[in-house]
Amino acid sequence: MAFDLSAIGSQFLVGLSRSMILFIVTAGLSFVLGVLRVPNVAHGSLYMIGAFSAFSITKLVPGPAGFWLALVMAPLVVAAVSFIAERALFCHLYQREHLMLLLFTFALSLILGDLVKLTWGAEYKSIMAPKLFDGSVHIFGASIPRYNFFLLIIGPLVAVGLWLFTNKTRLGKIARAAAVDREMVGAVGINVSWVFAFAFVLGCFMAGLGGALMAPTISITLGMDHNIIIEGFLIVTIGGLGNMWGAMVGSLIFGLSQAFGVLFWPQFAIVFPYTAVVIVLLLRPTGILKSVW
Amino acid sequence: MKGLSLKPLLLCAVLLVILLLLPPILPRFYTYILASIFVTALLAMSLNMVVGHGGMFQFHHGAFYGVGAYAFALLLFKAHMPLWFGFIAAPVIAAFAGLLIGWFCVRLTSLYFGMLQISLGSLLWAIVFRWYALTNGDDGIHGVPIPSSISSSSNAYYFILFFFVLCLGVMYLIHRSPFGMTLQAIRDNPARCSAVGINVRRHQLMAIVIATFFAGVAGVLFVVLEKSVFPDLLFWVLSLEIFIMCLLGGWFTFAGPILGAAITVALRTFVGIYTEYWTLILGVLLILLIFFLPEGVMGFFVQKFGKGRDKEAAPARGQHAES
Repeated sequence: MAFDLSAIGSQFLVGLSRSMILFIVTAGLSFVLGVLRVPNVAHGSLYMIGAFSAFSITKLVPGPAGFWLALVMAPLVVAAVSFIAERALFCHLYQREHLMLLLFTFALSLILGDLVKLTWGAEYKSIMAPKLFDGSVHIFGASIPRYNFFLLIIGPLVAVGLWLFTNKTRLGKIARAAAVDREMVGAVGINVSWVFAFAFVLGCFMAGLGGALMAPTISITLGMDHNIIIEGFLIVTIGGLGNMWGAMVGSLIFGLSQAFGVLFWPQFAIVFPYTAVVIVLLLRPTGILKSVW
Repeated sequence: MKGLSLKPLLLCAVLLVILLLLPPILPRFYTYILASIFVTALLAMSLNMVVGHGGMFQFHHGAFYGVGAYAFALLLFKAHMPLWFGFIAAPVIAAFAGLLIGWFCVRLTSLYFGMLQISLGSLLWAIVFRWYALTNGDDGIHGVPIPSSISSSSNAYYFILFFFVLCLGVMYLIHRSPFGMTLQAIRDNPARCSAVGINVRRHQLMAIVIATFFAGVAGVLFVVLEKSVFPDLLFWVLSLEIFIMCLLGGWFTFAGPILGAAITVALRTFVGIYTEYWTLILGVLLILLIFFLPEGVMGFFVQKFGKGRDKEAAPARGQHAES
């Protein structure tokens, strides 16, 4: 088999852009995992809600304005849903053991999954990206759809934004401190419960943003939550639990190995990322970068 | 170790007699549901050997169930092996898969253990899902040739009930054996066990192999009941579901997972008749459970009515959250 360089290059760029979406979703997951120490199974459902809300918003407001509005509003819808769930139920459970928290997020994902079915029905949905994103961009002889190029730009922007937030703002610093020692943070007079609420909502906001960004590239359907959440957990684990840059590294490994799998052995493309995860975990059992746990 | 007291033994015997008498009087649908509960319960019990008694995060137990089911189906359907050979070989193959995957997993702990297992199990799933030539991919295999002497509705029921009870008996013996005790000690304090000279990893691996063997048996029974296999058996959603059954029923108790499986299957079946949104109901039920019965349903009853039994449950709780 012969592959020309431009095909490899294009596949590399497509894989890279998919990694960026994975990063945005898993950075949120990792943030919640880092601060609350809870693997949030409902994260995938919130991602799905993000995509479905984006669909509804583009239906309400047609044209490119609808798309941009969806990118802003869909994550906010998701944030609102997660805020309600957190304040009404989840916040009463923080003292309980971990598996109970895990069980709670699983129950939440069951409920949210069915609520999505109730609200939007079981049919496939799709969104058109604005005209601006028609056609493709050429870089070094490789071509990539414009929308994927847009994702390549937005991924690093989100990463830098999140980094600035957690390292330079007071709230971000408090959240990081709560991740390391929640009792101490409480002792200096900060309401830890609200810090957790904030971290949870921010993490879920990222899931919604990922869902809205992903929406134009896939068919929006029930069950998309199952696919993303398992990938998300694996990515967060190989990157280093709770480490944002770890989520980036993990996403790159996952996204790129998948993209090259498609190129080299399409039938078994899904085997590649899982194999990559196994190799990483065997070589570095606690993830590539430092875990906050 | 304390011996069996008479009362629970009597209760089990009465229950068994009732279950034996049921098929002629129950409609076929209900015998099917009951058999389906036995299969699921056996699977959940096998998982609980590792999770509840062994304290390991066996996150992808369904993979071994699927391997058992597929091995059985393929041996009969493709290789045309005799039935008895399939019965013996399939659980052994599942246990071998458990040995292979477990060998890697026991090197890690807690969440990392679970994640490595999910990725290794997902590899198995991906292969089954994609290898059309062997497994028919996502179509699955339907019409596995099983003689009607064991696959007719009530015969399948008795067949499954027999193996279910047999496996439960063996599991109980293992649970009460020195090996089972050691395993629970490892769950409660791995560091101390290692210090007194117990080979922690070997015991954990052994537990995984035994549990995956029983998962393989459950897989075989599934094929006897359904006569078909499909890749969803190996998908991680099922694994999470059986994990939930253990928590739901009470994973500090021996029989809790049976209850968890029964509740889940019954809920899916009977609520599923009235509404397609049965997972919504399950979710709400789970949340109510978390808030009001944190020890699981069985754990609740044991705590409320059992005498001195919480001894074995109590020390596990704190340790588990940290491990």
